[in-house]
Amino acid sequence: MAGLLTAVGVTEIYRLGPSDAFKQGLWIVIGVGLFALALFYLRRDYRRLENYKYLFGIAAIALLFLPRLPGFGETVNGARLWVHVGPIEFQPGEFSKIFLIVFLAAYLREKREVLAQGRLKDLGPLLVIWGGCMLVLVSSNDLGSALLYYGIFLSMLYVATARLSYVLVGIALFVLGGVGAYEKIAHVRERVTIWLHPWTTTKIYCPSTGTMALRQDCQSYQLVKSLYSIANGGFGGAGLGKGTFTTTSGTPLIPYINSDFIYSALAQELGLIGAAALLLVFMLFVLRGMKIALQADDGFSKLLAAGLTFGFAVQTFIIVGGVLRIIPLTGITLPFVSYGGSSVVANFLLLAGLLLVSHRANELR
Amino acid sequence: MNKQISRLAVVALILLAALVVATTYWQAWAASGLEARQDNSIQRVAQFQIRRGLIYASDGKTVFAANTAKKEGGQTLYFRRYPTHGLASQTIGYSTQGRSRAGLERSENAYLTASNANLGTIFDKITEKVKGTTVKGNNLVLNLKVGAQKLAESALRGKCGAAVVLNPQTGAVYVMASSPGYDPNKIESAKGYASILHSPGACKGSASALYNRATQGLYPPGSTFKTVTAAAGLDANVYTLNSQFNDPGYCTEYGQKISNALNPEGSAEAYGNVNLLQAYQHSINAVFCNIGQKLGAKRIVDKMKDFGFYSKPPIELPSDQVSASGEYDSAKGEFFTDAGRMDPGRLAFGQDKLDVTPLQMALVAAAVANKGTIMVPHLVKKVTRPNGGTVVKFGPHVWKHAMKPQTAADLNQMMQAVVTGGTGTAAQIPGIKVAGKTGTAETGVNKVYDAWFIFFAPADNPQVAGAVVVEDAPDGFGGSVSAPIAKQLMQAILPGTPKK
Repeated sequence: MAGLLTAVGVTEIYRLGPSDAFKQGLWIVIGVGLFALALFYLRRDYRRLENYKYLFGIAAIALLFLPRLPGFGETVNGARLWVHVGPIEFQPGEFSKIFLIVFLAAYLREKREVLAQGRLKDLGPLLVIWGGCMLVLVSSNDLGSALLYYGIFLSMLYVATARLSYVLVGIALFVLGGVGAYEKIAHVRERVTIWLHPWTTTKIYCPSTGTMALRQDCQSYQLVKSLYSIANGGFGGAGLGKGTFTTTSGTPLIPYINSDFIYSALAQELGLIGAAALLLVFMLFVLRGMKIALQADDGFSKLLAAGLTFGFAVQTFIIVGGVLRIIPLTGITLPFVSYGGSSVVANFLLLAGLLLVSHRANELR
Repeated sequence: MNKQISRLAVVALILLAALVVATTYWQAWAASGLEARQDNSIQRVAQFQIRRGLIYASDGKTVFAANTAKKEGGQTLYFRRYPTHGLASQTIGYSTQGRSRAGLERSENAYLTASNANLGTIFDKITEKVKGTTVKGNNLVLNLKVGAQKLAESALRGKCGAAVVLNPQTGAVYVMASSPGYDPNKIESAKGYASILHSPGACKGSASALYNRATQGLYPPGSTFKTVTAAAGLDANVYTLNSQFNDPGYCTEYGQKISNALNPEGSAEAYGNVNLLQAYQHSINAVFCNIGQKLGAKRIVDKMKDFGFYSKPPIELPSDQVSASGEYDSAKGEFFTDAGRMDPGRLAFGQDKLDVTPLQMALVAAAVANKGTIMVPHLVKKVTRPNGGTVVKFGPHVWKHAMKPQTAADLNQMMQAVVTGGTGTAAQIPGIKVAGKTGTAETGVNKVYDAWFIFFAPADNPQVAGAVVVEDAPDGFGGSVSAPIAKQLMQAILPGTPKK
């Protein structure tokens, strides 16, 4: 399934820009290599990772902090997410996600009983690590990832403790935080405004050009153009390679069409049939991942598999939901499909984790 | 823990299912709404993925509008090219990226892009879409005759004016020329567009060459309008051809004298005792002034409506590129029919506040030629499929019954008299009975006139009818400026006539 998603992704990336597809291919090779390496090293018992849980937790935060360090980081789209090390540039956030899941799985396994009893003291380290992540994410304007991490955190907490009250409190806190962010952070406010009212009939001030323009020609043009792209697909789609992504003079209509907006490209070319089929593959992947979690026989494995799978589902929901205007749009990648080295490699590592859990569960049976 | 994991799985699947629902919403439910949005650049590009149909002249060979294919962003896009570089420019119009469309390119866009609701076309288009081939539009074959069209444009070159020639029996439009014209290939560039908007030689109404003077240009019709006045009088049995008049050289309107046109000696001509035919033949304003006073403005206005004045002729051009004709209130920018606001004497000889299009006056001539019946004017002869089959053919349809057949027969005789021995002798063609009426409309500037000629031929079985107008001709009379152009056009179209 991962292979299928990757193939769909690389095909569409090739169609949108052949040179990017070559790079993506290279990343896929690296991803598969690391995937094999991970499987090889951890084939006996991946559970020894548990012993290094704090290391993972700290590494997750460290990775998130990397782009903030002068000399490494680079700001793209108002968010500081990239790291340059010599010729290599990558988004550490993608890896930090997996590390965080490993940490949470290990920590929650250990403390689940006490946490279930409601001993708040034990939430301490958890909140520290997690709070650090959120702080970094919100301060670097990467709201999509913040939402993703929060979702992963709440879901794993719930699986570990079986206490719905944690989830409800968490959601309440999130809503509160959301309102606060809306009030305080202009970036958030803008995203929400774009989400609620992408079209205006009168011209408003456009900060990027400093002139008056309709919102669909200014802040929300990405979302609007992407919606046009999706709508143009209709039921059957325009056909692979037949979609319209450039103007008559060849300038691209949608920026980041091969990463954040790859879903709108696919939806236009494959239509409702193809898009629904693609989402179905995502669903199957999620089902499969959850089944692995169910079959696993120890807490760490269950938490790890469930966390990785739910993270995968939420990430898909955040980006596709954003593109489809279900939620405010935030730029993150579509797992396996989007263009992006870090994303591809990280997702193959995620897959390796699931396979390891599955392998062990089968062996024990 | 398994219970929680199962629940988590359900939540994850619900989230993903929501994506399927939302995709369905955008692709099925909201798609048509988004397609119609002005800023939908995909739709704007999509227009250029269609290979528009070609536009042919009546010979089926000369191409007015063709396509140039260009590869862009992995797709083949088609852009318009106009091989005739401006022949019948305002009528054909243009289809561009930056400036949208005009002329037949706009009004016939549905046929040209195969998006009209014709069963055969829909079938073709679906097969093309399924096969993944380019959607090809239907071709237009026009009634325009290349030779005569070129002749009309070269005769009008350097002047402001227009010419319309059509078949009075079928409504087929053979010539529709408006000068100055433009090269539609230059529309796209900002510089080219600016030069088209401000064409050299200021013309009335609009300096723009985009303006189709044949269907939009409003001119006082001058004496050509006496045809309508005479039709009103004859139809109502108030006058016959032999009705007698005395012409003292002027008529009295509201206590003031209105003189006839000046003779070469500079004094108003006076013809004395004449009948209706002679008054029309020599275009005697004083006689028509009295006729108008006797008939009253209301009866003339009613007759104008019978001829199609006060409504836009149902020609295939975009409706904002066709104007109605009639008494025009230039302050308010609208036509009016209230007879109380008109001067019946001046109305009768085509002045007052009359503003008419050349197309309307061509239809007046066509009405006389076709025994009182006006056919719907057709620019498009037929629409053909890209592979050659015919989608639809446009046959003759009646638009208006302007007058009784007997009235038309009388006017036919009167108009022949104009050419044989009246003001329009310059339009004579050896071996063919030509009928016509001159018009020399005052423009408000002394000795500068709009020179008109309306005509049809052969008078006993008319094949062509039309109108020629030349704006602001200094010392130019309809008989001396426009009648010779009309003569050339008739010769170019009528078979077996000696061509210069």
